[in-house]
Amino acid sequence: MPFINTSSPHQQNQSSVPDLMRKVLLALIPGALACLYYFGFGVLVNIVIASATALASETIMLNLRHYPVRRYLTDYSALVTAILLALALPATVPWWLTVIATSFAIVIAKQLYGGLGYNPFNPAMIGYVVALIAFPQQMTQWPVPQPGGALGLLDVLLLQLTGTLSDPAILDAVTSATPMDQIKTGIGLNRTIGEISTGALFGTVAGRGWELVNLLFLLGGLWLLWKKVINWQIPVAVLSALFFWSWMFNLYDGDLYSSPFFHLFSGGTMLCAFFIATDPVTASTTHWGRLIYGMGIGILTFIIRNWGGYPDGIAFAVILMNMAVPTIDYYTQPRVFGHQDED
Amino acid sequence: MSNGFNKIIRDGLWDNNPGLVQLLGLCPLLAVTGTLINGLGLGIATTLVMVASNLTVSLIRNLVRSEVRIAVFVLIIASFVTAVELAMQAYFYDLYKVLGIFIPLIVTNCSIIGRAEAYASKNTPLNAAVDGLFMGLGFTGVLVVLGAMRELVGMGTILAQAHIMFGEAARNITLELSATHEGFLLAILPPGAFIGLGLIIAAKNIIDRRMTAREALTTTQTATSQA
Repeated sequence: MPFINTSSPHQQNQSSVPDLMRKVLLALIPGALACLYYFGFGVLVNIVIASATALASETIMLNLRHYPVRRYLTDYSALVTAILLALALPATVPWWLTVIATSFAIVIAKQLYGGLGYNPFNPAMIGYVVALIAFPQQMTQWPVPQPGGALGLLDVLLLQLTGTLSDPAILDAVTSATPMDQIKTGIGLNRTIGEISTGALFGTVAGRGWELVNLLFLLGGLWLLWKKVINWQIPVAVLSALFFWSWMFNLYDGDLYSSPFFHLFSGGTMLCAFFIATDPVTASTTHWGRLIYGMGIGILTFIIRNWGGYPDGIAFAVILMNMAVPTIDYYTQPRVFGHQDED
Repeated sequence: MSNGFNKIIRDGLWDNNPGLVQLLGLCPLLAVTGTLINGLGLGIATTLVMVASNLTVSLIRNLVRSEVRIAVFVLIIASFVTAVELAMQAYFYDLYKVLGIFIPLIVTNCSIIGRAEAYASKNTPLNAAVDGLFMGLGFTGVLVVLGAMRELVGMGTILAQAHIMFGEAARNITLELSATHEGFLLAILPPGAFIGLGLIIAAKNIIDRRMTAREALTTTQTATSQA
């Protein structure tokens, strides 16, 4: 009787790129719905425009590079980039801003570097940073979070597609800086965190609406962890580094530095920790490397949020650590089993 | 003789362009090309220095011992840069202020000392001067194209601030794309310079590849027709 003789590995991971990307998209749904609920239909408009642009520019680039279009389009990676970027953009940005940011992400940050698997920087974050640097005014105006959205569907479409409103006076009433922005301005005016946090935009521990959005992204992320789509090291490292430093500074001077929970549940913290920093292409791939990479993002985010020129430092932190990944991976290669250290 | 000059000219402007092929002198190339006029100003200053330094280096090439040649080259280049700097300060004060530190920094432009070492120290004065002129013009060309690209995308204008170079009469030659153009700020910032230069180099490579393909085609056609 012949034995079936196969070589190791005997347990194989059955996941494929489209499968992983589909799970990531599924896990984004609860958080995205919360965004839609608080920031209005603009979120949906952003997602539609970004997805269409991403698929179109991916198709054009794949054609130019003589790659099979169908195979690469159906791996959903362009769609994931588009949706992450769309969720990071304010829900009031004009349509052309979304188009520029998304096409930049796909064409320059992804395809010109060689496509999926070769891009050193997270495409979604490059798209976001490009938009933030080039159009700071549009990128710092967020709709005021309120259940059902501050603007009706018609007004949102008018605002995003034509740049006008049926009544121009509403715009100032429905948009404002983010809570993190307000804290930064408030501190500059010598007010304490306690005073600033009594404002209408603040909820239990962080910004109203933002708390729930972050909580649901956290849940989606935990589902990804459970499904083994992502590893635990990066999210744990990002969140614990951010928590630890904001806690230390908060203990040192609670009037000047926000509470650690504010940092964890504000801005894009959870989206970054579970969905953006864990991008398998641009993140570190070794055990210790992932921990260092994640901690780097957490610390840089804290530094940029407190002393940087931009309100939320996540995108910059991710890109800076992307740059460090080759070095981190080089120094954290695990020792091959049976080999001794050279000393 | 004319064939020799043709090759020098072609090398400087295209085949061995300092900005696109040698990739030398990238620091000023990337830093001052925010507008077309800035690029043109620095390009002309660099060209002047390059012609003068190439000519001088070639004239003294048999007098300088090879052990000290680099120091001598630097001294020569530094003198000409100082002369150009003082001249600009006297006649183009506004441009001088805009270009700032990048005029004295022409001394450190690798493409100038590169030409002195690689070409002028081994060739006759006339050839060296022509080489300096066309290398300089090639460099200026890249500065102007990159400056125009960045200015057009970043501010929606071409030839903004032309008066600081061509005098008050040129104040109105600025072309504005449209009055409502907000401008893509990124193009003016450092990333815009890197991306713009990358795109120009890519365009040059495409043109080169097409030309090689066409030449190969004509060669085979002639070969078949002769056969």
